[in-house]
Amino acid sequence: MSRISKEDVKHVAHLARLSIKEEEADLFTKQLDDIITYAEQLNELDTEGVEPTTHVLDLHNVMRKDEPKRWVEKEDVLKNAPDHKDGQFKVPSILE
Amino acid sequence: MSLFEHSLRELKDKLHSKEITVTDLVNESYNRIEEVDGQVQAFLTLNKEAALKQAAELDGQRGNDAAELFGLPIGVKDNIVTKGLRTTAASQILDNFEDPLYDATVVNKLNEAKSVTIGKLNMDEFAMGSSNENSSYYATRNPWNTDYVPGGSSGGSAASVAAGEVPFSLGSDTGGSIRQPAAFCGVVGLKPTYGRVSRFGLIAFASSLDQIGPITRSVEDNAYLLETIAGYDNMDSTSANVEVPKYTEALTGDVKGLKIAVPKEYLGEGVTPEVKEAVQAALKKYEELGATWDEVSLPHSKYAVSTYYLLSSSEASANLARFDGVRYGKRTENAETMLDMFKRSRSEGFGDEVKRRIMLGTFALSSGYYDAYYKKAQQVRTLIKNDFEKVLQDYDVIVGPTTPTPAFKVGEKIDDPLTMYANDILTIPVNLAGVPGISVPCGFSSEGLPIGLQIIGRHFDENSVYRAAHAFEQATDFHKQRPSLGGASS
Repeated sequence: MSRISKEDVKHVAHLARLSIKEEEADLFTKQLDDIITYAEQLNELDTEGVEPTTHVLDLHNVMRKDEPKRWVEKEDVLKNAPDHKDGQFKVPSILE
Repeated sequence: MSLFEHSLRELKDKLHSKEITVTDLVNESYNRIEEVDGQVQAFLTLNKEAALKQAAELDGQRGNDAAELFGLPIGVKDNIVTKGLRTTAASQILDNFEDPLYDATVVNKLNEAKSVTIGKLNMDEFAMGSSNENSSYYATRNPWNTDYVPGGSSGGSAASVAAGEVPFSLGSDTGGSIRQPAAFCGVVGLKPTYGRVSRFGLIAFASSLDQIGPITRSVEDNAYLLETIAGYDNMDSTSANVEVPKYTEALTGDVKGLKIAVPKEYLGEGVTPEVKEAVQAALKKYEELGATWDEVSLPHSKYAVSTYYLLSSSEASANLARFDGVRYGKRTENAETMLDMFKRSRSEGFGDEVKRRIMLGTFALSSGYYDAYYKKAQQVRTLIKNDFEKVLQDYDVIVGPTTPTPAFKVGEKIDDPLTMYANDILTIPVNLAGVPGISVPCGFSSEGLPIGLQIIGRHFDENSVYRAAHAFEQATDFHKQRPSLGGASS
């Protein structure tokens, strides 16, 4: 039984902001299904009541003072931008 | 003989006694790169002009500069950000990222220690891969036999050291990406405890697993470099505020009474007879040196690969959302709308393995699947971590192979993601548990390819890992073997 359909893959690609071609969708569907099928082995384990690990060290809410400081200059930031105008990043139209 | 046959501390002494110059060392690197990098393909970007200029300046300070890495030429993995020096993570989406705005904390530390950055090292794109075949530029080759992969993702970092292009390098390790290529290339690679080295400026793959670490020709050099790069950093809230010991002082050569655990799962199915024999010979060597070992069990080992791919891909899907074509990196041509620009920039900029993992992670985090996949994997991670903590209550270190097999051929596994993933079965659990692990050379296959011994310790106990690795290294001569690359003796 396949766990992931081609429609699932297309939906996930959209969520991840990837456009994939029809033949890519076929290949990814098979590969992701293989991986997820393999990962189903985790269901052999009873994890009822097991605390999930998000972080291996015992650190919680590390805070520092919120003090403004000089980091990099605006013109330097814009040097790597694909497009910019009037000191801001320029992007295509947001509304269709 | 190559100057890089000397240890880092010997080279530093030779500089200060004015026996050699920094320019000699830097030229040694670039000459060797010129000679062999056409075959090895370890470097993506060279820093030649700036490095030679820096070398000339440092030459005037020889004899009176206490900086730890004074004048020593180093290679840096290309997912570690270097100010003004192109940084791509081997991805097309960062192909034009010529001018990063700041240095990673580890690079700041290298600069303060006055090492000389020779260039940026090839890798699997965004550190996703085990063979360097996922580099979007070219695949690094194994210096021992260029038909074989160097391992990955820090394949360039390991191959450059093995090939004598640089005496040491930095890699990063999320599921074995330092230790596996170190094993395949016959060099020493350490993944420090999670939190030991700042990740600030490391292009994030899976933030709960990633660590930067040293790749070197000897355990002593490795410990020496870690002393420089380790420590708390207020720019990385997951770095640990734990004192950094003098790791080189742990290298006593004495392992009498050391208690070693050998997990039966690490010498089971899938591990080739040659690898098993090499590890068994290493255990015999430890007995001769006065250490003891027992067989133990890490019962959840077989679940580590699944757990890792669900968690690391989930984290990657979030981390790689930043590559959107807006602020830096490549943007698609002529997009009509913002959404179209995002999708096309990312689809053109990412390779297949990166897309596969972003989609896997997005799936595992998506509504309706989160509990079944992501949360389940986090719970199994707890069980894997508990396995290690239990064994390490009674033993000083855990010893086993770094990889189930020596290096495989280029093209052999690239078409089947699951086969490729299985290659990391012995290194992944260490990242999930967050403990330190090293790979040191422990033998050669009948085809002349290196085999690595993995030594794993408690959180923040790199000292025991280094002590065990050093004693073994000094009692054997595997680390003295060199590939006969380019026909030159090195």
